[in-house]
Amino acid sequence: MYNLVATRLTKRYAHIPAVDDATLALRPGKIYGLLGPNGSGKSTLMKLAAGLVHPSAGEVRVLGGPVCPAVRAQVAYMPTEPYFPGFMSVKQVGAFHADFFADFSTDAFKRLAERMELSMDMKVSQLSSGMEAKLKLAVAASRDAKLLMLDEPLNGVDLLARDVILSAIIERADENNTILISSHLIDVMERVLDEVIFLKRGRVVLQGEAEAVRARHGKSIVDLYREVYAS
Amino acid sequence: MEYDSRTPIYLQVADMLKLRMVRGELRPGGKLPSTRALALEYGVNPNTAARIYDEMEALGLCRTERGLGTFMTNDESVVRALRRQMAEKLARDFVREMTALGYTKEQMKQAIGEEL
Repeated sequence: MYNLVATRLTKRYAHIPAVDDATLALRPGKIYGLLGPNGSGKSTLMKLAAGLVHPSAGEVRVLGGPVCPAVRAQVAYMPTEPYFPGFMSVKQVGAFHADFFADFSTDAFKRLAERMELSMDMKVSQLSSGMEAKLKLAVAASRDAKLLMLDEPLNGVDLLARDVILSAIIERADENNTILISSHLIDVMERVLDEVIFLKRGRVVLQGEAEAVRARHGKSIVDLYREVYAS
Repeated sequence: MEYDSRTPIYLQVADMLKLRMVRGELRPGGKLPSTRALALEYGVNPNTAARIYDEMEALGLCRTERGLGTFMTNDESVVRALRRQMAEKLARDFVREMTALGYTKEQMKQAIGEEL
């Protein structure tokens, strides 16, 4: 049983494939790393799985079915762009998500916000970009989603807060959910990943268990990344 | 926590736990952290944490009891043997590297004597 299945999934924007003939099957109980440079299709792949864009060809199925509202309620997608209205306070951002999502835990949110040193009364417009990045993550990690997709969760986040975020991700992982993380910061993420998926110009060029990939190629994921994307 | 990304992470963490056992920081027969707590403490994937305990159980250093957790071995001879193994490896590595520097046996003994 898979939480996310992509079958020859393609998304074109004006004839240019952002995701190109991608076939993937993501299992529950695992943390996957979606790796690749800017423009390799990582965000588009997540948006396809979140139902925010529609395929040009091929298919994506989440939790055994097409991406429909009932399925989307069990998917949490954290985009790279900030999306909270400036007038809201951190507390209100939490309440807003609690209204929308049955699986949102306000307690978990409060605890995470505290660990990330986000004050409940601060307005979104007063937050630095780093704080907003942390808030985005706190919101996503407070949902008990079966498929949790985080697009560049460590971007703009300071060194110490990174550990808080990685801990939050580890804590959220259980044997029933799937966590898909896209990141440039491979050396930091490596230890948290079960499996890696390399995207190059929208195509899946390599995938497998992180440990097995390291052993098979005789090098770290970082070194392998350099090789794969050198040309 | 820095990891060498060329050797499997689970082996590196297992080595750290072995060191704690040998130093008496972990109590023989005592309960070890849950795989989740281990994952959080060392910043690794929870499946990696499970693998760490599998690896150590295969070495007779701990045993996992379903529903109860993982417990360190209460056999002190196992811990003593582990300590001996780790010390022997250090000695072997020392001799190998000193040989590569061109040191004779006598010179190696002298070098150690100076350190102690």
